[in-house]
Amino acid sequence: MSQASLEIVRISGHPGPVPGAGVERAEQVCKLIDTTTCIGCKACEVACLEWNGYTFTDTVFNNSYQTMPQTAWNYWNLIKFNEHEREDGTLMLLMRKDQCMHCADPGCLAACPADGAIVQYSNGIVDFQQQNCIGCGYCVSGCPFDIPKFNSETKKMFKCTLCADRVTEGLEPACIKSCPTGCLHFGTKDDMKDLAENRALQLREHFGFEKAGVYDPQGVGGTGVIYVLHDATNPEAYGDLPKDPHIPLVVRLWKGPVKWLGNLAMAGGLLGVVMHYMRFGPKRVDSEKNGDKDGKGGRP
Amino acid sequence: MSASQAIPVSHAQNKSGDRILRYTFSERIHHWIAGLSYLYCLVTGLAFWSPYLYWMAALAGSGPTARFWHPWVGLVFTISTLWMYKLWRRDMATTEADIAWKKAMRHYIRNEDEKLPAVGRFNYGQKLFFWLMFYGAIVLVLSGIGLWFVESIPWSLRWLRYLAVTVHVGTALVTIGAFIIHVYMGTAMVRGSFAAMVRGYVSSAWARTHHRLWYEQVTKATSSEK
Repeated sequence: MSQASLEIVRISGHPGPVPGAGVERAEQVCKLIDTTTCIGCKACEVACLEWNGYTFTDTVFNNSYQTMPQTAWNYWNLIKFNEHEREDGTLMLLMRKDQCMHCADPGCLAACPADGAIVQYSNGIVDFQQQNCIGCGYCVSGCPFDIPKFNSETKKMFKCTLCADRVTEGLEPACIKSCPTGCLHFGTKDDMKDLAENRALQLREHFGFEKAGVYDPQGVGGTGVIYVLHDATNPEAYGDLPKDPHIPLVVRLWKGPVKWLGNLAMAGGLLGVVMHYMRFGPKRVDSEKNGDKDGKGGRP
Repeated sequence: MSASQAIPVSHAQNKSGDRILRYTFSERIHHWIAGLSYLYCLVTGLAFWSPYLYWMAALAGSGPTARFWHPWVGLVFTISTLWMYKLWRRDMATTEADIAWKKAMRHYIRNEDEKLPAVGRFNYGQKLFFWLMFYGAIVLVLSGIGLWFVESIPWSLRWLRYLAVTVHVGTALVTIGAFIIHVYMGTAMVRGSFAAMVRGYVSSAWARTHHRLWYEQVTKATSSEK
């Protein structure tokens, strides 16, 4: 969205190095979501829609508190409800605010073929630049959290921007501003990690959640959105939060060795036919033997 | 089964003087629809393949334009390839002459054509290319549909997303290799074949040199008509 005052450190589909990357260092921003104090009020969803100028979409009733199955191109932030049965038979109603995780090593950006359609700012925010997006959907395959969504009318991909436009101006993201319980926090990654670890410690020592911990998956280099979970050993219980997310191996190979082997093979093929022509030349119809008197090599 | 069985006798009747009809109008049209649609998919596909080739998208208008048309033109390619299958599948069956030719293929590569056994309407290399592109088109269109509607593949079946990418890329690379050789041979190496694919005719000498069994068959058919 707003990139006027944000330094870009990574550009999708960009040949060569990123201009100016590494010239400035910025604090990594981070959103902390404490699932243990979320009440599922959906104020963050409303704030997100309001700030980004979208209207409500139809909800789907599926015998749970879940309003719709997943985020949409115009619905970037969704509370995932999950009734979780614990080992002792008691129930927990888990609520997790689902949105783009703003990976330090973003799979969407790695998969994207369009120059500048996905960028990562020096503050860590991963942002789609719709004016450069070609709508191919490669980011859908690259994302380990199933976040990028396609607008079939404009043929562009959309996702949470971490309110890059607000953050640039020194404001917190809209969702943070709206949270009534204070389960959402925003600040530097270091501060948020600190806060999260303290909260997890509190949960372990004073609330009996012995497996409480912080979700900051290192498989994608850490994320710009981190969770405090009652049970950090079972993130899947919080609506398909992957335990150990990685950029898919297929995407890594496709954008790495396969690409260079393929380029080599194609260049080799071109070189091969040129070499063949130089060494053996064209096949000519033997004009003497076959009576091709005009010598046009068999052309009628 | 004779290699040139699918050529109707009426085509051979078109032989006039030194000209023999090698490709019918329908065969030529379908070949060029397939060829040009493949070329479009090749150029736009390469644009999506590497940032260093992304400029190729500009040849198709722009990145979004290339992305919009690539799957549709790919469908045109597949349909025209299926049509060529209908036209050529009998001619493209491997014969005993092909097996002998295949063993002597190094002579073909080295332009030592006098050491090659006679072949019918198509030689083994042409048949190999045809079947590779035929099955390639089917695999490309199936995996391409997965890429086209990637968001419709549910998260629980996401292995299909990854499979579609892998298969599409791999198959595309194989067909590109075949395409390079095909274009080279059809234009620079085997003189007269480009003109034949445009206007339809080859000289008797060309037919005798490159496809002697086919030449004998079509000339016999003509003389027996007389």
